[in-house]
Amino acid sequence: MELARAALIGPFADMVANPRFLVEVLIGGVAAGLMYSLVALGFVLIFKASGVFNFAQGVMVLFAALTLVGLMERGAPVWLALLLTMAVMVALAFAIERVVLRPLVNQPPIILFMATIGLSFFLEGFGEMLWGANVKRLDIGIPDTSFAVRGVLVNRLELTAAITAAVLVTVLAVFFQRTRIGRALRAVADDHAAALSIGVPLKTIWVVVWSVSGLVAIVAGIMWGAKSGVQFSLALIALKALPVLILGGFTSVPGAVAGGLVIGVGEKLGEVYWGPLVGGAIENWFAYVLALVALLVRPQGLFGERIIERV
Amino acid sequence: MIYREAGQFKTTYAADQAIFPIPQDRVVVVALVVLAFVLPPLAASEYWLQAILIPFLVYALAALGLNLLTGYAGQLSLGTGGFMAVGAYSAFKLTTALPGLNIVAVFFLAGLLTAGVGLLFGLPSLRIKGFYLAVATLAAQFFLLWLFNKVPWFVGYASSGTITAPARAILGVQVTGPAATAQARYVVALAIAAGLALFAKNLVRGRVGRAWMAIRDRDIAAEIIGIRPLETKLLAFGISSFYCGVAGAELVFLFLGSAETLAFDVNQSFLVLFMIIIGGLGSVLGSFLGAAFIVLVPILLTNVPRWLGLGLPVALQKQIELMVFGGLILFFLIVEPRGLARLWQLTKEKLRLWPFPH
Repeated sequence: MELARAALIGPFADMVANPRFLVEVLIGGVAAGLMYSLVALGFVLIFKASGVFNFAQGVMVLFAALTLVGLMERGAPVWLALLLTMAVMVALAFAIERVVLRPLVNQPPIILFMATIGLSFFLEGFGEMLWGANVKRLDIGIPDTSFAVRGVLVNRLELTAAITAAVLVTVLAVFFQRTRIGRALRAVADDHAAALSIGVPLKTIWVVVWSVSGLVAIVAGIMWGAKSGVQFSLALIALKALPVLILGGFTSVPGAVAGGLVIGVGEKLGEVYWGPLVGGAIENWFAYVLALVALLVRPQGLFGERIIERV
Repeated sequence: MIYREAGQFKTTYAADQAIFPIPQDRVVVVALVVLAFVLPPLAASEYWLQAILIPFLVYALAALGLNLLTGYAGQLSLGTGGFMAVGAYSAFKLTTALPGLNIVAVFFLAGLLTAGVGLLFGLPSLRIKGFYLAVATLAAQFFLLWLFNKVPWFVGYASSGTITAPARAILGVQVTGPAATAQARYVVALAIAAGLALFAKNLVRGRVGRAWMAIRDRDIAAEIIGIRPLETKLLAFGISSFYCGVAGAELVFLFLGSAETLAFDVNQSFLVLFMIIIGGLGSVLGSFLGAAFIVLVPILLTNVPRWLGLGLPVALQKQIELMVFGGLILFFLIVEPRGLARLWQLTKEKLRLWPFPH
């Protein structure tokens, strides 16, 4: 009885008693959610266009951040380092298409999934060999401090990340809907064979899509790197992005953002208000359970394409 | 093989459906198993037993379990590490609560408990499929480890947060705990692995295995020909978790000696998945080949630079190891996506005709 009261009534009473704190928790959740979305976006792009579940996205984020910081440490100005990093990610996309994807064309999805795990091992070793494994600070000129809006604390860095994510999603949406190559991407996502038959070059499309998700990885890498330093644990945010992904649906760009928001807010609320009841540190699995519950209601995620099956 | 099976006619259904229909195969396999029981305990060094053979057997068992679920029943799971943890922790609780119980019986009871947990986490598989399911099984992985970390009851209120294998004996021979020799632990692990592998082999060529494969190939079609998806999928989750649970218990009791939840983290799940992909999905032999590959490669990678006399810094060597490991996985996937078991099969076909081309 005591426990039920503590679980069902207590947290809500706390929320009502201190609305300002609730708003802060919500804002923190939204910001964290957008950061997850940044990673999830890269997944979605690749899954949409090639049906590959790219487990290496997290390591790509790490690799991008490592390259950027490594170049800056060697004295390159920010703009040059950024350009060079972009070039590296595009080169990486070419290499992946040529070495990994092309020989594995037409293999079952699980084989491609395993290949991306192999790729993530390789990239992790490669990145750390090139740039060293110690924790690096990435300073992008935005202090990790807070300012108050009507008594509610807002973190500058999180705000920047949120705006960046919003801009990125808009740009991607325009890119997919309005440009020629975006239309080709959607065609490939719809049906590989049909797209090929009307003359969409599949190989180019794959390079483009891996490049774009490489660029998204740079943005995610900058944001996460500025927040928590550039280190190996950046690769693990891929695991954080997975529940976002299944909640939003593997094939939906808006879904990645919405999923990120739901997970971010849910996770923060759960941790702050219900976490103490079970001993805390629940954010490792809470997102997964949340996503799991959502999946039981909608098996293709909130925004995913409906799965229609025939015999 | 180098021998011919010409002149061997099958006159009964039983002869046709045997695991090894050719007598020569049967003799060779039985001889190999006997050899595996006798030779290593007598000839192999402590290092070989402890660092290579015992982990190989433990991981082969886990890979076998995952292969039943993923390779045969087609349900991708990333929760293997979590299920192994359930096996390890329940074996620890069982043997501390009932010290008189035979340790092998403890392993099996722990396996059964894990099967129960596996059934629970298998429930979503009825509704969700493919990668969505794989991510859902990660929920099991993270939740279970968090539970074992948070609730001190599971570690017997040990302040270190680790579980340690207490000393237990079979027929007066110590098989777990600090006093147990590597030989004794090896023989126990081998006996369990051999028995469970035989069971798995029989399972997958019988009614249950065929139902699993039907579900894997086309679940809706399977349902239409009268296979119940609920029971079939849950059975796959249960039996697979049983194997993983026994493997997890062995990992702590026969290999590591003591462990905390870190030993069962998500990398463990990926490692076991690697084993079955490299070894061959849907193959009992493949589980063993894959486990051998994944256990041996890191050992080779650490030792090769030393043999070559290269004094590499530790950090650099670690990174090269990661790169080579990732590269090897990519290489094997590209060369033969159906795994080592398929390569072995092709070799056998070739050898059967050797030295003739056709």
